[in-house]
Amino acid sequence: MTQANKITGAEIVIKALIDQGVDTVFGYPGGAILPIYDELFQQKKIKHILVRHEQAATHAAEGYARSTGKIGVVFVTSGPGATNSVTGLTDALMDSVPIVVISGQVPTFMIGNDAFQEADTVGITRPCTKHNWLVKDTNKLAETIHKAFEVAGTGRPGPVLVDVPKDVQFASGCYTKKNEIKKNFIKKEPSIDLNMLDEAIYRLELAERPIIYSGGGVINSGQSAVNSLRNLVAGTNFPITSTLMGLGSYPASGKNWLGMLGMHGTYEANMSMHDCDFMLCIGARFDDRITGRIDAFSPNSYKVHLDIDPSSINKNITVDAPLIGDVSQILSMLIARWKERGSKVNKKKLTAWWKSINSWKEVQSLGYENSSSVIKPQYAVQRLEELTKSYNRFVSTEVGQHQMWAAQFMGFEEPNRWMTSGGLGTMGYGFPASIGIQIAHPNSLVINVAGEASWLMNMQELGTAVQYRLPVKQFILNNERLGMVRQWQELLHGERYSHSWSDALPDFVKLAEAYGIKGIRCEDPAMLDDNIREMIDYPGPVIFDCLVEKHENCFPMIPSGKAHNEMILGEQTEENSISDDGAVLV
Amino acid sequence: MSLKLKKGVNKQSAYNLRDPNLDYEAAHTLSIIVDNESGVLARVIGLFSGRGYNIDSLTVAEVDPDGHRSRITIVTTGTPKVINQIKAQLNRMVPVHEVIDLTLKGKAVQRELAIFKVVANGNQRVESLRLADVFRAKVVDSTLKSFTFELTGTSEKIDAFAELMAPLGLEEIARTGIVALLRGDNSS
Repeated sequence: MTQANKITGAEIVIKALIDQGVDTVFGYPGGAILPIYDELFQQKKIKHILVRHEQAATHAAEGYARSTGKIGVVFVTSGPGATNSVTGLTDALMDSVPIVVISGQVPTFMIGNDAFQEADTVGITRPCTKHNWLVKDTNKLAETIHKAFEVAGTGRPGPVLVDVPKDVQFASGCYTKKNEIKKNFIKKEPSIDLNMLDEAIYRLELAERPIIYSGGGVINSGQSAVNSLRNLVAGTNFPITSTLMGLGSYPASGKNWLGMLGMHGTYEANMSMHDCDFMLCIGARFDDRITGRIDAFSPNSYKVHLDIDPSSINKNITVDAPLIGDVSQILSMLIARWKERGSKVNKKKLTAWWKSINSWKEVQSLGYENSSSVIKPQYAVQRLEELTKSYNRFVSTEVGQHQMWAAQFMGFEEPNRWMTSGGLGTMGYGFPASIGIQIAHPNSLVINVAGEASWLMNMQELGTAVQYRLPVKQFILNNERLGMVRQWQELLHGERYSHSWSDALPDFVKLAEAYGIKGIRCEDPAMLDDNIREMIDYPGPVIFDCLVEKHENCFPMIPSGKAHNEMILGEQTEENSISDDGAVLV
Repeated sequence: MSLKLKKGVNKQSAYNLRDPNLDYEAAHTLSIIVDNESGVLARVIGLFSGRGYNIDSLTVAEVDPDGHRSRITIVTTGTPKVINQIKAQLNRMVPVHEVIDLTLKGKAVQRELAIFKVVANGNQRVESLRLADVFRAKVVDSTLKSFTFELTGTSEKIDAFAELMAPLGLEEIARTGIVALLRGDNSS
């Protein structure tokens, strides 16, 4: 290749991103990534969103990725820029979100010298990425970036990082096109065990008390997986529950829907999981929030597990029929073979099973005592749901009680509409995620259901929302407490509320005004509907400060160390409900 | 099982909780073919330390210079469930091409190389040389007061030799850790 065909590393980065179809990057410039920002300045195909903190860039990219099914891209500089991205990378790893972070690095000849803003970025991010690369040769830069996108987006998706030293950005090298790279690094998907599949179908046909338990894998697998899941539920009339990550894969208005399962899931979902004799787990990973006590988890069921990641099989729960592969592919095979065999189900027993489930539903485990003087947080979420569900709506959340209430009381009809930090439980996720979502869906209603404590963790992103005129609605359930921490301290730590409340909250309305946006405060249940409508109708960002009951606990709850059938439903029954063994668990 | 903990005053870590799935533990020798790229060993070791798995022995060197492939041989201990998790987690890594469980696959040749420095005079010196001969250890360096032996064999053989040398003036040992291949004409 002649010199004339060579371009600089920085140009290669931008060219590779365009080649990958990237149109949006979230980032924050700094010394070691300046050449790339210089190239960014001289082109029009990629839009850059300047965040106010690198952690927010990664969460915004996650929100963008999860609401579109595309790969989110982030630029950060070396040192602090890279270390600030660690939480977002870990969050994306835990929730299987595909993002590509491109970090600047000090020049290769200074690496290891404790140079200014130097950090061992690939070392630090090794355990929190699916894979990462330090590129020392400009000629390999394009290839590495294309590989990074392949790794992030294939198999079980996840975050990757490409660390690019500044001299590599300045040096000239050859560009490799997207379709010219060897794909020998992509893991071969194992072929599906057909005997196992037949055995699973046979058990499905005989099942007396079946349940389908679906997770985020269905959403990651795409619309065809979602359609297959819905067809399977419709065809079998089996009850279905989903994890926090899986909400929306089956419509909340569907007649077989039992609501979310797990620690704060519904009574009917958890009782069905415990009492079932056939469990079909689709794209979920038997997380400890789902299983409760492991040795008492669904003791009498035949368990089928569909997952793309072999390391998810038998990790927490030993299953009878593991089916490894892409959910959409296995599900369509399963449905086809089940239909070939005559679409049989055990109808008579299934009717009896639904009867038990309906009796559990009558417990109305999401019930709470409403009040006319103070806004109950559950009521606030319910009203928000009522008044916004007809909109083209996307919801993100922070982490804590409000997150669980949102999961319990909001209904999602479609996938990719619900963005929340499940695995890592990152407070501060929701606001930047809502920014990423709004960028991807400029004309949709994007709401971040937040708690005031979580929201404050990334409140600097008000600047981003204002700068890009993103009409994100920050619906803050303000109890002036770390609600979930407070709840655990009440239940587990003798009501000693160690550092779980904030004595110095800002005036959220004034804070909004300081940024030139709208602030609404609501403390009267009677005003709630009008105030929510006002928030929706305002054509810009809104901080909604919803002052709610300060000591409300989130129920139902499977206390740590307890089984699904040992849920506590409300305040009355919680006395001595958590064992000493359970108290050790998180 | 009761931990007899008072509510709210836990001093005990969750790590001390007995694993309810505790099964028998066994040593497994894993042979891992990886790309010989920077950081690959750190990735593998990081997986073991990050997820709390044991490493009893570890060796690594490039075995295919043209394909830039290295073989990592790890001896690890765990219940069958843990061993399966380790293999699945290793297989998930991008630079890992193959994970072979030599313990499950059949008989494997397992060897270790060790170097012993024995400093002694008189009878002890003579005895160390005689025992080295019995073990077919080679003398690779010598002074008037010392021998340096090289010994290859199973880990048990090396342990046994070390035990015999201990009272005869054993000063230092260096061991490579285990390398292993399947027996027979099948490549793993």
